[in-house]
Amino acid sequence: MNTQFSVSPENKPIFIALGFTLVIILIGTGYTLITQGAAPMLMPSYLAQQLQIGAFLGVCAAGMMMVILLGHIDLSIPWTLTAAAMMATTVGGPWAIPAGLAVGLIVGLFNGLGVSVLRIPSMIFTLGVDTALRGLMVAHTGGFAPQTEATPLMRFLAADRVLGIPVALFVWAGVSIAIAGLLSRTGFGKAVYATGAKESAAFLSGIRTKWVIVGAFMISSLCAATAGILLAGYSAKAYQGMGNPYLLPAIAAVVLGGTHILGGRGRYIGTLIGVILIVVLNSVLSIMQMPEAVRQIIYGTVIIGMLLVYGRETTSRN
Amino acid sequence: MIAKPLRHNRGFAAALILFLVLFVVYHILHPRGFSTAVFIQNANETVAIAFVAMAQTIPVLVGGLDLSVGSVMTLTACLASYLVVGTPAQMIFGMFLTLLAGTTFGVMNGLIVVFGRIQPIIATLATGAIAMGLALLLRPTPGGDIDADLNWALTNSVFDFAETFGLADDGNAAWLQPFANIPVPLIILLVVAFGVWAPFKRTVTGRTLYAIGSAESAAKLSGLPVRRAKIAAFGLAGFFASCGGLYLAIQTSSGNADITQAGAYTLNSIAAVVLGGTSLLGGIGGAIGSLVGTGILRVISFYFRILSVDPLIQPLIEGLVLLAAVSLGALRTLRIKNKLEHFR
Repeated sequence: MNTQFSVSPENKPIFIALGFTLVIILIGTGYTLITQGAAPMLMPSYLAQQLQIGAFLGVCAAGMMMVILLGHIDLSIPWTLTAAAMMATTVGGPWAIPAGLAVGLIVGLFNGLGVSVLRIPSMIFTLGVDTALRGLMVAHTGGFAPQTEATPLMRFLAADRVLGIPVALFVWAGVSIAIAGLLSRTGFGKAVYATGAKESAAFLSGIRTKWVIVGAFMISSLCAATAGILLAGYSAKAYQGMGNPYLLPAIAAVVLGGTHILGGRGRYIGTLIGVILIVVLNSVLSIMQMPEAVRQIIYGTVIIGMLLVYGRETTSRN
Repeated sequence: MIAKPLRHNRGFAAALILFLVLFVVYHILHPRGFSTAVFIQNANETVAIAFVAMAQTIPVLVGGLDLSVGSVMTLTACLASYLVVGTPAQMIFGMFLTLLAGTTFGVMNGLIVVFGRIQPIIATLATGAIAMGLALLLRPTPGGDIDADLNWALTNSVFDFAETFGLADDGNAAWLQPFANIPVPLIILLVVAFGVWAPFKRTVTGRTLYAIGSAESAAKLSGLPVRRAKIAAFGLAGFFASCGGLYLAIQTSSGNADITQAGAYTLNSIAAVVLGGTSLLGGIGGAIGSLVGTGILRVISFYFRILSVDPLIQPLIEGLVLLAAVSLGALRTLRIKNKLEHFR
């Protein structure tokens, strides 16, 4: 066979996801050419607008990937995002964004300690933290949408454009470069992969796995908080349940990008393509004006179908 | 006989004691004391989530997770709102079809996990979306018209059940009196739990579930039917989820494809499973424990009604109780002497 075109198993899902994305764009364009005689999906302005909305998901998925690489999961993203947005708008002024990010750091530290020191499965611990955060925010706002508004800086970061490109895309790009650099260029990144592959082996080779886990959870919550601040800027205020639509798509984007759900394997570029795939899929479905029911079915079928195409993994890893 | 599971699973024993204490104190604190009406109401509010929690238990036992249980419950509830109508014979056939549909969906999950070799958590995340889509197709808006007699009979006491269907002298027969005040929903729950789960657990397939959860490679090398057991685990999860959906449809006389509600049921089911002493790593626990776990979750929310807790801080207390309860499991780590044991 021609070795020049061989693809390593780690990159195979990434190429498949890229192919799927192009196919979805082609289907969408074909549909609009037939029904409207135009191809809005190929217009840069339309793509920029879709990616601007996708930036919130992209930032969440970047953080989620750190945790999934460890073989853990962060179910507290919805209310970490909401709490950060609410705290940012409540504090207001120049300290709005630091306040929101601080919420993320504190929640992440708490999650990380619960998982690494108390050894409670992340699935259930972060679920409990999510419920407790929801409780805190309901008590804080009195159960209503808070009256406070996003600061001008938050609005600029989420909704404005520089040189015709949405600023949110720059934020997303910044987060992406930071995470990709962290994973591929630093000792911490190597430690994350090692801990995710086999925690006991990583521990015995001298990696302080406890702090690796705490660090990954803090990055995850920090990303969720960033997304919350952006989303509050985009919609000018924070509201109850604003984070709920981001949890499952974030997990899906990470997994579709080739990161193994049990940890240890995955590249950031894959997560990036996974997010774009989901954003493009959503926008094609809304162009076709699919009802919610059909969207859900297509969404699920695409995930299953793609994972089947990625190839069946060998059974037991232990 | 009962002491054996208690000795073998401290988590289950602790959950049972916690539940009994919470339940007894609740009825002592209740302004009207223990009454059949309150007991029936409690049972009614527990059944659907209890079935979903039992459904979740079985995939968890094999070291997986089923994120579609809430959606399958919603889908089957929507289905039941169309099928459980007409003559009694038609209604029974409709119930049968509803349970069959849920079980089929579960088996499909199992097939995807076993033959597609996709991790359960992500496979069921996707099939859950499909189930939700199907439910929305069936019931774009809430609706349905389930027989009022059936609704009344199944959500009240045994006496009301007998009276509705003219059994046992309209419920006045002497032999019925010892049971007359037991809530029907509780009986349904216990009959399904002990009639389906308990016998299943003793079969080779059932034993294999525990073996897979403890050490999958060892189970496979010992010649146990690993594939069959995994498919059965997800199929049974679909069956229990559809029991929950069927009951919810009868209870509310309608089907409602509510995405938020489905998600809440799925997440609460995980909490109930953990509270009931089942290990998320697999191999330890059981569906009966999850019944107790559900009981704990529900009783905590019953307290809010009688203690006049400010509704605004109720979600906070729920969250903190959940965190505290799962953190109790961390006491195990204090006894561990060899640090490597942490990584199991």
